[in-house]
Amino acid sequence: LGTSIIALTFDGGVILGADSRTSTGNYIANRASDKITPLCDNVYTLRSGSASDTQAIAGYVQHFIAQHQAEEGDQVTVKTVANLVKMMAYNNKDFMQAGLIVAGFDKHGGGQVYSISLGGTVTATPFAMSGSGSTYINGFCDKYWRENMSEQDAMEFITRALRYAMTWDASSGGCIRTVTITAAGVKRQFIQGSQIPPTYGELPRQQVVA
Amino acid sequence: MGSNAGGFDFDLCKRNALLENKGMTLPKAWKTGTTIAGLIYKDGVVLGADTRSTSGSTVADKNCTKIHFIAPNVYACGAGTAADLEHVTEMVSGQVALHRYATGRQTRVITAMTMFKQHLFKYQGHVSAALVLGGYDLNGPHLFTIYPHGSTDSLPFATMGSGSVNAMAMFEAYYKDDLERPEAMALVARAIRSGVMNDLGSGSNVDLCVITKDGVDYLRNYEYLQAKTYTRQFPVKYPPGTATVLKQHVLSLKGVEVIEGAEEMDVS
Repeated sequence: LGTSIIALTFDGGVILGADSRTSTGNYIANRASDKITPLCDNVYTLRSGSASDTQAIAGYVQHFIAQHQAEEGDQVTVKTVANLVKMMAYNNKDFMQAGLIVAGFDKHGGGQVYSISLGGTVTATPFAMSGSGSTYINGFCDKYWRENMSEQDAMEFITRALRYAMTWDASSGGCIRTVTITAAGVKRQFIQGSQIPPTYGELPRQQVVA
Repeated sequence: MGSNAGGFDFDLCKRNALLENKGMTLPKAWKTGTTIAGLIYKDGVVLGADTRSTSGSTVADKNCTKIHFIAPNVYACGAGTAADLEHVTEMVSGQVALHRYATGRQTRVITAMTMFKQHLFKYQGHVSAALVLGGYDLNGPHLFTIYPHGSTDSLPFATMGSGSVNAMAMFEAYYKDDLERPEAMALVARAIRSGVMNDLGSGSNVDLCVITKDGVDYLRNYEYLQAKTYTRQFPVKYPPGTATVLKQHVLSLKGVEVIEGAEEMDVS
């Protein structure tokens, strides 16, 4: 999963964004993959690193959080889910290559974003990004990210950032998927590759699928 | 062999190492250098596969089956080590049958997929099985690719194996949503044929399997791409006089002693 993944909090919730390319060496195994995986109703995760490792972790966390949710009788907090993901990554650090971003909305803390890196470090930040493509947009994000943006501004920021990451990183590309989580619920959006405006020097992308 | 009561017995490993040191070459695992493909069409799923099984650069089986039965409504095409595939598909097929008896319901494709991925992840890629899993259940047609390390993708059209790029070229050029059955079958056959013709690890014939809500059409050798100029007739009939008799020696059995009853076989 050479990837570009971003999550940020905005005024009212969180937005998660990802590209859709899964590559094995130089071959693109899946050009329309979904790297945004639900862990429970109000918490989603962005996956980067090894596809099998992150899918396995997501599977276990979904299972245990569902049990926890049944016991809680109430919405699970984002921090709990992030902590469980961290435990999986930390306790199996010798066998895993998984960089995950856990983001969601709960009524106690509002929108939250937790980044869990390779060794199992958790960092809670209002904005996080990961994956091979994130390195190319450090400068862009430093300049254009603001705290507490509106949903529309946040969406524009994420799509623009991912657009640049997908241009510069060979392991990122395809289409842009986003998930917005607020108190009202979850909204999924999708921007096709052909609809992503080309960056300077790029040829316009044609819709090739018949 | 008493030293381990239960557990693994590694006695033969020493013997194999000894033989290897003496210069014997260990037999190579049969692999299915392969072209397998699947696509979702209007009424269901079409799966396709070639039929060549290779051991190194020799063709081990010219007409093997790579589309494995998982459930009455779920089939899996397999690429990788032939033994791993046979065993893992038979294992999941059994597990899924037990699941059917326990739940009293038709198997879901996603159930088989989860069983595959959890097994393969446990073995961290050492079970060399790459699958294209397809079927039709209460939620409609499904198509998944499963990689040896345990990751899965859900796609409308998919290819795997050494000839996957050849087959994918056909799909990317000609795939459309909601194809009709004859078009879908023709496209999958074309994709597999592309692998058969252009990939050294794939060859022989094309098998297809069409799965819809009404049932399964397993089309073994849908396309027979190797014409044999001469086929031997079985049983072989050699007329008397074909072989020249050089010498004849007749033995009489009159002096042979026949003992009724025998010593019991040692089954301890």
